[in-house]
Amino acid sequence: MKKDVVLEVRDLVVAFDTDQGRVRAVDGVGFELKKGSILGIAGESGCGKSVTALSIIRLLPRPVSSILAGQVLFQGKNLLTTPIRQMHKIRGRKIAMIFQEPMTALNPVHSVERQMKEVFELHFPRLTAVSVRDRSLEMLTRVGIPDPGQVLKKYPHQLSGGIRQRVMIAMALSCEPDILIADEPTTALDVTVQAQILELIKALKEKSGMSIILITHDLGVIAENCDQVVVMYAGRIAETADVRSLFKNPLHPYTKGLLASIVSRAEISKTVLPTIEGNVPSLSNMPAGCRFAQRCPFVKQICLHVTPGEVPAGKGRTAACHLINEEPE
Amino acid sequence: MPILEVRRLKKYFPVLGGVFLRRTGWVYAVDDVSFFVKKGETFGLVGESGCGKTTLGRCIMGLYDMTSGSVRVQDSSISKLTPAQKKSLSTHLQMIFQDPYESLDSRQTVRQILEEKYIIHGKARNDLSVVIGQLLENVGLSRDCLSRYPHEFSGGQRQRIGIARAVSMNPEIIICDEPVSALDVSVQSKILNLLLELQKTMGLTYVFISHDLSVVRHMSDRIGVMYLGKIVEMADASTIYNNARHPYTRALLSAVPLPDPDARKKRIVLTGEVPSVENPPPGCRFHTRCPHADVICQESEPLLLDREKDSGHVAACHFF
Repeated sequence: MKKDVVLEVRDLVVAFDTDQGRVRAVDGVGFELKKGSILGIAGESGCGKSVTALSIIRLLPRPVSSILAGQVLFQGKNLLTTPIRQMHKIRGRKIAMIFQEPMTALNPVHSVERQMKEVFELHFPRLTAVSVRDRSLEMLTRVGIPDPGQVLKKYPHQLSGGIRQRVMIAMALSCEPDILIADEPTTALDVTVQAQILELIKALKEKSGMSIILITHDLGVIAENCDQVVVMYAGRIAETADVRSLFKNPLHPYTKGLLASIVSRAEISKTVLPTIEGNVPSLSNMPAGCRFAQRCPFVKQICLHVTPGEVPAGKGRTAACHLINEEPE
Repeated sequence: MPILEVRRLKKYFPVLGGVFLRRTGWVYAVDDVSFFVKKGETFGLVGESGCGKTTLGRCIMGLYDMTSGSVRVQDSSISKLTPAQKKSLSTHLQMIFQDPYESLDSRQTVRQILEEKYIIHGKARNDLSVVIGQLLENVGLSRDCLSRYPHEFSGGQRQRIGIARAVSMNPEIIICDEPVSALDVSVQSKILNLLLELQKTMGLTYVFISHDLSVVRHMSDRIGVMYLGKIVEMADASTIYNNARHPYTRALLSAVPLPDPDARKKRIVLTGEVPSVENPPPGCRFHTRCPHADVICQESEPLLLDREKDSGHVAACHFF
């Protein structure tokens, strides 16, 4: 592993057992997370971005899912083969996660105080009750909650969506993790609150130097917050790039189509928007070759038979497309 | 001559509490909203969750009884109609719902879903096959879908079925309540294209409700911005986006993340949360979060006024 890389995922394959047999929700995904940076994972629903995140901290539902292959390297260890008791010490302490829906991720029958206390009791069993409370208050203050003493006493349903998500972030950051995985952290929130939460996450990152994996379907959020981007399509990586090059010069036809179809990129309103033909193939019935081939406007014979590997395409970029090498860069 | 006119519409929901569930307060979901929509245009309503935009749409549809005010469709006032007249009005006024997973009956086939409306309005079932097949093709689905159930379709296809249902009786006005917010980006653009195409071919008038400003901008001719049950600013789509007057509109616009890394702009990040509609702040409802708030904002409520006469650009702010 390179020196500035805190987490590396290699050739991850995750399968789910369904009525239609075993399907590969994630099929050969690999990327690196650089220290102190924000890596965005973008893609539409069902592309495997959340499954990838859950595999990193081994929170996939069992027994329906299984990790068939791959490595997740963190601090010289492969997390996929680490005994589950040691995983408990890493989860929350070194790698924390915040989820999309703060209402379902928080426990509705426990007060905020009790849920925050749990984190400290698990990872710092020697702390006294008083210092646990002090630390909880401090964390709530750091995430910008105006009246932390009151919020501690409340139950999740008594809080607004924005405050709930702040509580989630406070809990996730209370052990000062090295890595924060944020799975659609602002999707359930209004735009003005979304702006607040994203500013907060960035500010906390600057202070603590942690690294972040930000999973979202919103390309606007990606553009404004991430350093590196991984674009996923149907369980595979279509393209990886730094954020500027991705938006300025997308290489993979899927990325091109996706960017073109964003409403806010339309120059004149009420005109027909560019679209990507067809639908995402179902996981149980994946076409051979490139998974985007059926919808690709530039499809060639080879695309229908041979799966494209991720080929390097310029500085720090890869694209899984047969056409990359043919075009002069 | 407006095809739809909403005048001073108010909708308050009672809050029940205590041992005997007596009314302990009101939720001021929509509070004194007026606007009109001209034939063939799209009127966009934007705002954050809880601002009353969905309630407003449902009051226009007659799904909720309004507390006071009036809604006039083609010169007839909705609240004064007899049940029979209401039924015939329903062919003029239709709705597309947000969640294509919940708005279709999962036990009905597509044929049954689409037939129902015709049968209620007195058509014989036998005559319908051709009509419904054509309807499906108009929204981009094939005739083979007729005997399938909603769960066999993707979100985008389901929304197409919902749209087919809404346009089936050749309505004049369609209320689109967040029609694309449950869909992925690439599917969104297809549905928006379909809505634009139908508007052109059928001469439809839309009231387009959404929290997504870029979607509303793309679809609308005129836009009303709502905050806590009130319209705070209303103007042409381009005016709203280029020349917003109300501080809330400006903050809302600046909060939208743009898909362009070089456009990282100076953002007006609002502090605080949206106050509760049960207990809205006195004076200007936005003053608790407004960066320009002054004493007057706490004391008197600003009226929706235009700065230049007849410009059609109105905003409810003491300063801008």
